[in-house]
Amino acid sequence: MAKATREAYGEKIAQLVQENPKIVVLDADLAGSTYSAKAQEVCPERFFDMGIAEANMIGVSAGLAASGYIPFASSFAMFCTGRVWEQIRNSVAYPHLNVKVVGSHSGITVGEDGVTHQAIEDIAIMRDITGLEVYAPCDQWETKAVIDHVSKTDAPCYVRLGRSKVEDVFDENKVFDVTKVNVIHEGTSRIAVFCTGLMVQSSLEALPKLQEIGFDPTIVDVCAIKPCDEEGIAKILEANDQIFTVEEHSVTGGLGSLICEVAADRCPRRIHRIGMRGFAQSADWQTLLREYKLDGQGVFQQISEKLK
Amino acid sequence: MDLEALKKHAKNIRINIIKEVSNANSGHPGGSLGAADILTVLYFEVMDFTKENAGSLDRDRFVLSKGHASPLLYAVLAEKGVIEEEELLTFRKLNTRLQGHPDLNELDGIDMSTGSLGQGVSAAVGMALANRLDHNDHRIYTLIGDGEAEEGQVWEAAMAAGHYKLDNLCAIIDENGLQIDGRTEDVIGPAPFEEKFRAFGWHVISVDGHDFTALKAAFDEAKTVKGMPTCIVAKTVKGKGVSFMENQAGWHGKAPNADQTAVALKDLQEGE
Repeated sequence: MAKATREAYGEKIAQLVQENPKIVVLDADLAGSTYSAKAQEVCPERFFDMGIAEANMIGVSAGLAASGYIPFASSFAMFCTGRVWEQIRNSVAYPHLNVKVVGSHSGITVGEDGVTHQAIEDIAIMRDITGLEVYAPCDQWETKAVIDHVSKTDAPCYVRLGRSKVEDVFDENKVFDVTKVNVIHEGTSRIAVFCTGLMVQSSLEALPKLQEIGFDPTIVDVCAIKPCDEEGIAKILEANDQIFTVEEHSVTGGLGSLICEVAADRCPRRIHRIGMRGFAQSADWQTLLREYKLDGQGVFQQISEKLK
Repeated sequence: MDLEALKKHAKNIRINIIKEVSNANSGHPGGSLGAADILTVLYFEVMDFTKENAGSLDRDRFVLSKGHASPLLYAVLAEKGVIEEEELLTFRKLNTRLQGHPDLNELDGIDMSTGSLGQGVSAAVGMALANRLDHNDHRIYTLIGDGEAEEGQVWEAAMAAGHYKLDNLCAIIDENGLQIDGRTEDVIGPAPFEEKFRAFGWHVISVDGHDFTALKAAFDEAKTVKGMPTCIVAKTVKGKGVSFMENQAGWHGKAPNADQTAVALKDLQEGE
């Protein structure tokens, strides 16, 4: 079944807001798009639309958290990270207030809205903030597990979600540890592909094509960007020779950089970073994934070129 | 209201502001001195804040949105007995609880980490929303600099507070007319505040920010206002009480040297 991670967020937060009277939900005039409106429907008294004023939304969330509440504040990833980086750093992370920032429409798959709305730097700028946790789930089930997890931790965090309907990687019976890397396919070729978000699906699409030409890489879903599962990543680096990273994000500062950092600390490897190397443009999301070689075929091409 | 007692508190607070900044050789004396009377009234006549409940959320709370006036907040906390006066001399020094700008996690009685201008006001709005959800009667106060009000976020917060009719929120604009680059009207002209806050759905009261009686009356009036937040626009003198600092933008963020400190302390001791 295909479902957008943002929709899964809406379903999960609507459930949690009813279960936990300390949860409050905020949005910045995008409640329909982020699906936080689902929480508003079931619990209007603990839903606050802050209007198109993201800086204030983050500050108000900080004040609610300083009063013992657990605010989930959502908007498009561009506007709840880039626009408010300093508010998140100074009003949320520095005082270690329990604010959950939820960014939907991340990456290029926001599509036709174009570059102004395509957050391809959010992982980079969020993971550099001291004490802020960062998660990038790939499908509806992992999203629900992440939202459940962060609702129970006392830590500020950023959750990265997408706009488009995406295929399930897991199913409802999957038991998640969202703090660990998730090996989805154990390969035999001493090649590992670390991927995050929607690029898990693209990497899984690339897998049979790679197998057809004789390569069988290990596919690793990295949802816990920060704190990352350093042991888990190091173990995979040690067990493989050729390393690829795939992200719907700039190749600087995101997952690729993260894996390079762990490799530098723990186990040096040649690492090929696949992702965005500049601004994208307007088009429907599938066309954009094709254009920037981030669909299954594109990821296959980019990996196979390096392996030849 | 014991005016003599308030005067004594304000005098001690100002003396400690000078000692903190002078000892640290760093910090913001001008705005701290200017807002000292406002916080004296707030902490000694208005809020239910005590040494005993400083670490609790179950009381009125104060957000120093103009976080650079930290010497003032620390001096107030010393005057309330939350910290010892000697600790004021650790201000801005390594491993101090008295960080350059207030840190929520360092000290009971600091209700929000502030320093990046414009952000404290939003936090105060969040706290007021939380009090409403909790159905308690505690009030939230926040002090905003007039220069600080040049930050757009202040007006985002003002819009939200007006929209949500947060009558448990009281903001005070410390209108001293000066900012780092000079007179506010020459730099960018954030005034008039009364009309702006009224337009955002706030009840507005204008006062002399050094008149204890008028300040107390304004805070009392704010408590009676229902269905909207209150903004008290307090006209103040930056550097109030220290002859050479009064109305001088240059003393916004500069520490006095030893000779200047002696003059400043003499001014304050001999002053009203």
